[in-house]
This record gives sequence, structure tokens and C-alpha cells, in this order.
Amino acid sequence: MCHLLPISALDKLLLRTITSHFRAVCVLSAIAATAACTAPTPGAEYNDPFEETNRAVHAFNKGLDQAILRPAGQVAAVVPEEFTTPVVNFADNVGLPGMVANGLLQGDIGGSATNTMRFLINTTVGIGGLFDPAGAIGLAEETTDFGETLAVWGVPEGAYVELPVFGPSTERDAAGVIVDLIFDPLQSVGTGVQLDYGTGARVASLAVDRGTFMDTFDSILYESADSYAQARLAYLQNRRFDLGEAPPTVSEIDPFSDDLSLEGF
Amino acid sequence: MTELSFSRRRVLALGGASAFAALPLPALALSANQAENLVTTAIGEINRVISSGASVNSMVNSFKGIFDRYADTSYLAAYALGNDGRSASNAQKAAFSDAFGIYLANKYGRRFNEFAGGRIEVQGTQPVNSYMEVRTLAILRGQSPFQVDFHVSDRPGRPVFFNLIIEGVNMLLSERAEIGAMLDARGGNLDQLIRDLS
Repeated sequence: MCHLLPISALDKLLLRTITSHFRAVCVLSAIAATAACTAPTPGAEYNDPFEETNRAVHAFNKGLDQAILRPAGQVAAVVPEEFTTPVVNFADNVGLPGMVANGLLQGDIGGSATNTMRFLINTTVGIGGLFDPAGAIGLAEETTDFGETLAVWGVPEGAYVELPVFGPSTERDAAGVIVDLIFDPLQSVGTGVQLDYGTGARVASLAVDRGTFMDTFDSILYESADSYAQARLAYLQNRRFDLGEAPPTVSEIDPFSDDLSLEGF
Repeated sequence: MTELSFSRRRVLALGGASAFAALPLPALALSANQAENLVTTAIGEINRVISSGASVNSMVNSFKGIFDRYADTSYLAAYALGNDGRSASNAQKAAFSDAFGIYLANKYGRRFNEFAGGRIEVQGTQPVNSYMEVRTLAILRGQSPFQVDFHVSDRPGRPVFFNLIIEGVNMLLSERAEIGAMLDARGGNLDQLIRDLS
């Protein structure tokens, strides 16, 4: 009924309070969920108690890739860069406000300042973000997300999970993905064009990436004997590398250690 | 320990080998200079093969030759096979070692088009445990630069690669998982795996 009546300023305020309340509750429950992260089993190579479910999701994701993302990547790979680069630039640019917010939450003033400058320069001089003049003057994106914020706050990584559509993740990163989706500051600072085309550009940019790294994706997903295990291994190591976390001791591989007999090889 | 505060350039200018040998720990026979030379020499050879315009099969053969000359083939094969290698005979181990090299040359050699026109910039080298870690930046066409660490040791009495870390992803760990999965798929039959890899 409400929507038939003209919305008063008070109603708007109330609505905003409720939505912001809702967001806060979502964020809190996401944090609570990660705080209760599944602890690793001592001695196990991976913290993967949900492996059976994860493998089912992996099979689903592979089907999705085969049906949609991979063919889209093949198309994107043959589209001239003059067309794909502006789309990727636009998609990268609309992601910056979220990165600025996360940088601030992490106390990373320098990173937030760089990303703020990037967003301002590329949105204006870069014609709404289609071009990247900020990159040309050395302001490279300081990539971050709420998963990293949680890591900086000391939340443990939790178990490995493979999310439908989003792919490999951890309990901590899954909470990060949800928070970044609900809490995108672009909603407050973005231009109309950015709000209208932001999501579409991000999806298109996924296809471009799939096309650029076609061989790498294919080798993991379709040419390996156990694509689930390869994706898990690659994701966990690469994510820890991005977050500046030390790899677990299992990767301390040293040819002079005695754990391995080389006789006969 | 004042040597530690020298920049890499300075240490190299002073003769990297002697400066590193003067450090009390770790006692490495391998110098940072030798490790970096290995990286630049091998990359140079790979680039020459890529730009030769030869057929894919001929390139893969050349890559296998480069791999045999510059990599610690015995250690790589032993690590990839892991515990599954314990019950293998010496003949099986030798055959696996060769087959594993062919498999790697095929797997990575067929993707040479990604590396064409690319270059590797050495960022610096540091001793880790008993080996040298050469940190580099790979700059490939149409991609953002990414970090590749080459792990170099002198276990066979000369400088050789024994591992590659691309943006944190450890090649030996991936290959051990892959070889393990391939063996499982063949009911643990090592001879069958050797035949399939060759």
C-alpha cells in the first residue's frame, strides 16, 4: 500500500535506517559466521571438511564454465582490444570505491588514497572510467576486498569451500564476498552510468579474463587428472600469496633435506 | 654482517660470490650470481626456441633438452612421485624420471604462445635454507606483470632449477598432486603411468 502514497522525507529516513540496519546485521552475522570458522584437523594437508559438497559444487561450476563462461571467453579472445579494454577499465573502475572502503578498514591509508585518486581521475579524465589515465601516470590499483579486511583483523582462514558461480574460496573469503556485494559504496558515490552498467561490465570483464587466461583455466579444469584438487591447491596458495601470508611448512621443499630418497631417479 | 646492508647491485659489483661466501650462514657453495645466470641463460634459450619458428613437436623436443640441462630432473621426479615411489624398482624410477620430463615439456611447451614476446626481469636473489631464490617479474603480452620465483640449488654439483613459484603457486606441489591423481586413476599402476606420460 505504501508505495501508492507519496513517500515523505521521514519515510525515506526510516527506510534508510532499516536498510542500513539490515546491512549491519548482515555484516555482523557474516563476521560471526567466520569467527566460528572450521578449525583445521591437525596433520591434514588441507582444511577441507566439506570436500564431498565442494566436489559437487565444483562439478556444477565446471558445467557452467563449459556452457557459458568458456564460450564467452572464446568470443572475448577474438574481439579487438580496442573494444575489450574499455569494458575491463570500466569494470575495474566501479570496483574501486569498495577497495577504498576496505583499505580504510584495514588502516591502509596509502592504498586507499591511491585507489581514491584512481577513481577520481579515471571517472573524469578517463571518460567515466572507460580509459585508464591514472595507470599511465603510475597509479596502479591496490587490489583488496573484505576477505582481506577480515584477514587483517585476525579472522582465521577457515575451511576451503567452493562456492556456486563464484568458485574456489574459504569460509573467510566467502563472508568477504557477501559483505562486498551488500555493502558496495559505489551505490553512494557512483554516477548513474556506473550504477546502470557496473554489474554488466564486471560480468563481461570475467569473460575477457577467461579468454586471456584460456590455456591456464583449461589446463586446470579440463586437462588435469583431478581438477578439484588442482583448483583448491592453486586458489589457496595464490590467495595466501596475495594476502602476504606465509605458506604452510608443507611447501618448504628443499633438495638437501633427507625426507626424500633420490636413489634410482 | 655489514654485507647484508649492501644493495644487490653493490654486492654484485664487489663480486657477489665472495661477499656471500663471507656470510657465516648458510654455508652455500652456490652464489646469487650463479643462480641468476642460470635463470637468464635458460630463459634466453627458451626464447630462442620460441622465436625459431619451428614446429610445435620440434619445440617440445628442444624444451625437453633445456629441461634436462638446467633442471634437477632426479629431484623433480622423486618429489612428484612422493611416497608412491617408495615401492618402485630402480628401473621404474629411471623410466619415470624420463617420462616426467617429457610430460612437463609437453604440458608447458605447448603453451609457448603465451610466452612469445615476453621477458623476465630479475628483481633480486636471496638464500633460503640450502638453496637460492631468484625473484623475477614476468612481463607477458597483454597481461599484468606477475611474480615468478625460481628455486636454484647445486645438489648435482652444478646450478639447477628444482622449483618454480608463480604468484605463490608452487609447481612441485601441483605436480605431486597431479601425478598422485593420475596414479589413482590407473589403480596405482606405475608402469601404465610411465607409458602414458612418455
